[in-house]
Amino acid sequence: MMGEKVMQIRDLHVTFDTPSGPLEAVRGVDLEVEAGELLGVVGESGSGKSVTFLATMGLLPTRAHVTGSVVLEGEQLIGASAKKMRDVRGRLLSMIFQDPLSALNPVHRIGDQISEMLHSHQSLTRRESEKRAIELLDIVGIPQPADRARQYPHEFSGGMRQRVVIAIAIANNPKVLIADEPTTALDVTVQAQILEVIERVQERFGTAVVLITHDLGVIARVADRVNVMYAGRNVEHGTIHSLFDHPSHPYTRGLLASLPRAGKQRLKPITGFPPNMLQPPSGCAFHPRCEFAADVCRGAMPELRQIDDLQSACVRAKELPRAESFV
Amino acid sequence: MFRYILRRLAWAIPTLLIVTFLVYLALRIGTDPVASYKRVNPRATRAKVQQYIDVNGLDPNFVKGYLTWLRNFVTGDWAPSIKGRREVWPALKDAMANTLRLGTAATVVGIFFGLIAGVFAALRPGGKRDVFINTSAFVGISIPPFISAILLQLLFAVYWQRWFGESLFPTSGVYPPGHSGFDLPLMIRYMVLPTIVVAIQIIATYSRYMRSSLLDVLNSDYMRTARSKGISERRVLVKHGMRNALIPVVTIAALDVGSIVGGLIITENIFSYPGMGLYFLKSFGEGDFPLLMPWMVVIVASVLLFNLIADISYAWLDPRIRLE
Amino acid sequence: MSDVTLQLSPRQMAFRRFVSHKAAVASCGVILALSLFVILAPLTARYGVNQSVQAPPNSFLSPRGNAWLGTDDIGRDLYSRLIFGIRVSLLIGLASALISVTLGSLIGAVAGFRGGKFDDVMMRVTDLFLAFPFLVTLLVVRNVLGAVPWLKPLTGEMNSVRFIIVLFGIFGWMGVARIVRGQVLSLKEREFVEAARAVGASRRYIISRHLLPNSVGPIMVALTFSVVGAIIGESTLAFFGYGPQAGDGATSLGILVGAAKGAVQTGFWWLAVFPCFALIVIALSINFIGDALRDATDPRLDRGA
Repeated sequence: MMGEKVMQIRDLHVTFDTPSGPLEAVRGVDLEVEAGELLGVVGESGSGKSVTFLATMGLLPTRAHVTGSVVLEGEQLIGASAKKMRDVRGRLLSMIFQDPLSALNPVHRIGDQISEMLHSHQSLTRRESEKRAIELLDIVGIPQPADRARQYPHEFSGGMRQRVVIAIAIANNPKVLIADEPTTALDVTVQAQILEVIERVQERFGTAVVLITHDLGVIARVADRVNVMYAGRNVEHGTIHSLFDHPSHPYTRGLLASLPRAGKQRLKPITGFPPNMLQPPSGCAFHPRCEFAADVCRGAMPELRQIDDLQSACVRAKELPRAESFV
Repeated sequence: MFRYILRRLAWAIPTLLIVTFLVYLALRIGTDPVASYKRVNPRATRAKVQQYIDVNGLDPNFVKGYLTWLRNFVTGDWAPSIKGRREVWPALKDAMANTLRLGTAATVVGIFFGLIAGVFAALRPGGKRDVFINTSAFVGISIPPFISAILLQLLFAVYWQRWFGESLFPTSGVYPPGHSGFDLPLMIRYMVLPTIVVAIQIIATYSRYMRSSLLDVLNSDYMRTARSKGISERRVLVKHGMRNALIPVVTIAALDVGSIVGGLIITENIFSYPGMGLYFLKSFGEGDFPLLMPWMVVIVASVLLFNLIADISYAWLDPRIRLE
Repeated sequence: MSDVTLQLSPRQMAFRRFVSHKAAVASCGVILALSLFVILAPLTARYGVNQSVQAPPNSFLSPRGNAWLGTDDIGRDLYSRLIFGIRVSLLIGLASALISVTLGSLIGAVAGFRGGKFDDVMMRVTDLFLAFPFLVTLLVVRNVLGAVPWLKPLTGEMNSVRFIIVLFGIFGWMGVARIVRGQVLSLKEREFVEAARAVGASRRYIISRHLLPNSVGPIMVALTFSVVGAIIGESTLAFFGYGPQAGDGATSLGILVGAAKGAVQTGFWWLAVFPCFALIVIALSINFIGDALRDATDPRLDRGA
């Protein structure tokens, strides 16, 4: 089961028309999701991580132009008909969003919002779907699920609402579950519970989970593999262990160095600002902020290359001093 | 829900009393009913004037006078009009029926087209259709009803008659003079122009409300959640978008009853349509206190009633309100 | 987030947004041109307000060389009267809007800031007034205002332009108060106001230094809509015979439109069409300007790009 690729993203580009000109938010991303794994996608806001996966869902606004290839279970999603995409969404591929407070429709009952997801891809009687909705609420850890199903979103706390959003997402047992910053809007204690729910779902149903976050701490706790994104590109990719043990890309190193750790006196933030995506820097987009930048970095846009057990987009990866281990 | 309605109803009664007292005060100060009576009936004896004062509750002491008026009003002991001693209720009843007919027609037409236009505009913000609808709505709210009434009359009655021999739509009354009995097609022809005048205002306002409300909803996260379920776009829009978009529109609608009635009053006057508006302007012009007070009560009561209806539908649409 | 927008102050960004509203820019041009035209009335008008264009027969002349927009029942030039009428209407609109915006901003700011009983009562009263049919309230308030003897020095005679200005000034504050109150309520919770309160600034200081300056956008919007409201209100009153009287050679858009009522049935179209058209153009232009101001000053619209 492990190792089988359920979703493959190849050379994905997303461009938005803006009043100030075209903005290329995703600039050639390659990425694979393996069956049943928990893949972490890390990057700061504006790195294109959310846009990449909204593109796979076909949920981008119409002013976005998407090219490249996304293959899910052998089927091409880019350029697929709206009907085809509707069939995929919620059945093979589903998504959890950042803000649970606004992700649920305030005027419909919780149970109905779950049932709607069931009805859209399965033919069930009303009673069956109600029963299944209660089951799902139970799975995501909501006490007294039968009573809660009749309530409205405003009667739930933020964490509870996020559980409901997860219940909706997994209702049809999708192959891939995309969780876009699922814990960012929540209290720290609640964050841990939500991560547990996601892990439980992944283990119990064998669902592959893509966890999008800017928080390496979250990744460290749950992910199997990690993709680091910067300025709309993948800059480093590897297993959680190798990436934390010997990160090769300077951006990854910077991210790790800025993590708070026990026994460390002072955090070391990455200097500079995220790039202006209307006019991204030439070559490696990170070079204006990189302490190891050389002339070669300003030339061609670097591709991912195998460096030991990691894939890195740093052209100078082999020349750089070995980074401090964070394991 | 039931208790919610009861509580609202319990609120409405004191409000009605306070507002009618304010109206009573304003009319006493603003129209001087006794002077109007003497003006219309210059040869009235002192006893007649005193009787007029007694039966209408026009005591120099405002509070005492109001209470007298209130008692007479509630017990059905209504004073006749100052001119010709006409009974008030039959006149008021007819006026109400006529206005209700015109108002309903205009509101139904107006809200229907207004909401549709608003939805069409919101679906492609910034598109050609949106710009067209938005600009038209702006022109619509910038044309006061008496202006559109004059221009429509000029075009469809006067000039149509000049060009084609007979006017397309009549411009005054409910039926031609001397007509008796009920005749629906004829009545509709008489109602077309006044309905359009009032409806223009409603369409213009509601298309803008609906547009901005739906735009807010379309940009919300739960619409994305709904789309991520793989349900049809139509269902996303109707089941998830509309209901949420209607919530603010309904709230505004309650506050708007006044402006719709205001438009009706103006329109009725121009089309000599025998409704509440004509009734008001006539009796106000003559300072006819016995005719005016019951009219005011009807208006205040209907404003409160529509507020109540809006509150109830608001609670019905939005579960967050219900449990407060 | 492009570098270009980063360098702009909020005011500059508001200006940019305003200018991008093409209809509003055109409307500004229209209103400016119109204002200039009517201020220079002695030059631009061809006849006096009450002057006939020619010796009788001169009534109801259709548009022609010596009367571009035709003449009215007693042979006066409609074109010249329109100029004088617009002059009076713009004056009424501006003057009463200034009164109502001043009143409304103060009441709204205090109500929003103090909250509690005062706020409750204020808002209930405005709710009621706004829910009531506009024309009815206007007529009743007009009569009450005219019947209070000690207000005479302020309001003047009931059929004077001054009375109309005071009437709409007093009448229009409620809408403004509502808008300003909403703005103050949301500002009140912001950090800089909390900070000012924390260091012990007085209420008056916070209202005048923090709340009102930060409400300039909504107040400007309210001002433009008050101007339209007063102009349309005046013409409505005049149409029903409750407006300023035509004596002393004065006229207003309302008086002109009111005169059109009789012209309709007889088919003297110019008497209806030109004044109505003028009123629509003015109302539409000011409405467009108000809309653009709202777009320009509402930071919620900062999304996109």
